[in-house]
Amino acid sequence: MKVIVDEAKCCGAGTCVMLAPDVFDQRDDDGIVILLDEHPGEDLHGVVREAASVCPGVAISVSEEG
Amino acid sequence: MTGDVLVVGASAAGLATVEALRRKGYAGRVTVLGAEAHLPYDRPPLSKQVLGGSWTPGQAQLRTPDALSALDTEFVLGDPAVRLDAPARTVHTAAGRTLTADAVVLATGLRPRTLPGQDGLAGVHVLRTLDDALALRADLAPGKRAVVVGDGVLGAEIAATGCAMSVAVTLAGPQPAPLAYQFGPLAAGLLAELHAARGVELRLGSAVTGLAAEDGRVTGVRLASGGVLPADVVVVAFGAAPSTEWLAGSGVLCDNGVVCDSRCRAAAGIYAAGDVARWHHEGLDALLRLENRTNATEQAVAVAGNILGEDRPYTPVPYFWTNQFDARIHVHGTLSADAEVSVVEGDPAEGRFVAQYRRGGAVTGVLGWNMPKQARLRRQDIAGAVLAGRP
Repeated sequence: MKVIVDEAKCCGAGTCVMLAPDVFDQRDDDGIVILLDEHPGEDLHGVVREAASVCPGVAISVSEEG
Repeated sequence: MTGDVLVVGASAAGLATVEALRRKGYAGRVTVLGAEAHLPYDRPPLSKQVLGGSWTPGQAQLRTPDALSALDTEFVLGDPAVRLDAPARTVHTAAGRTLTADAVVLATGLRPRTLPGQDGLAGVHVLRTLDDALALRADLAPGKRAVVVGDGVLGAEIAATGCAMSVAVTLAGPQPAPLAYQFGPLAAGLLAELHAARGVELRLGSAVTGLAAEDGRVTGVRLASGGVLPADVVVVAFGAAPSTEWLAGSGVLCDNGVVCDSRCRAAAGIYAAGDVARWHHEGLDALLRLENRTNATEQAVAVAGNILGEDRPYTPVPYFWTNQFDARIHVHGTLSADAEVSVVEGDPAEGRFVAQYRRGGAVTGVLGWNMPKQARLRRQDIAGAVLAGRP
């Protein structure tokens, strides 16, 4: 799995950080998403897919290849 | 659950329901019925990036066509639901389709409130759909006079966007400042200062009673305090009502939304998600209906789980954000104008702060002004009852 974030679309809600703190964080100054782990382990795939699905800014996508 | 699922509503809540069902391993047949002809798109950008023109309509799409086809779901679009038979779990559509499923999810959203005499009047707009946003954008030429009726989130965002398009914007509504009934004097006062400094004319503190028109075209907005605000364009953005008219006589109870139990279930095999759902929040022990973007998707996840037998209550901490000019405001929990407000981080004078809202000694909400991460980290201060469920 490869995680892709779009900083321009991120609204800073932090929904992804609450769901998967090992994969996502937020910048201190403006709250924009920081991708901590572009290739999260299999145990995190479910929660990362959920983060992509519920992201209120539609800023996260997941590619199953890579 | 092994039967079919029918989702009525093809926006954020409807799409998130389907994605959650698939993520949770549901392999059965899924159909999504949408009133609009467009593929699922996102609404928050409509009043900002789409209206302002920095995004094409395509950029507001919720998913790529590839991602949608990976869901193995039939999207029936441009065909509104007109009737539900709840005991039979059958939905009838405007085009004459009859769709029956083992579980039906009602996610039909909201319909904007309108002023008397607004229908068919040229120059008057609402903003709910992509087509609404594009029609308004086409009417907002630089130098035009626009009056935005509605001093809530949507009205204030439209005013800010219009102002940045060099439109002469007046914001009208009953509150003393934009969002004052929620934000209270400190944050709403800052919002009023911001709008005024950027050139929005604030005509607040007086309800709007109607429209003035000439030859089928709007010429102004009438105020309860007397007088008319002249306008070339009027945007009516003073609230919305749940789209439940089509459920009359269905056997599903509608009272300011589809009334649901704590599992977001309205009747056997019938669920509701998003703006239209008014469900029993166990943490607050009250019926709650939330008109915000994160509720649409998080409630959809809860509904999908409950369709599949998880039997879990939905107990979110409410959250919304709004961007107006350079202010990015994030709200967790519940705010009220009479709450005791204290700044717990940052400084309003520097345009960055977090404010905590207390009632009866308990923290009910947190507002971050250009401090999204710091505001989120204070969700944990919000009274325990609300936090009983998932984040």
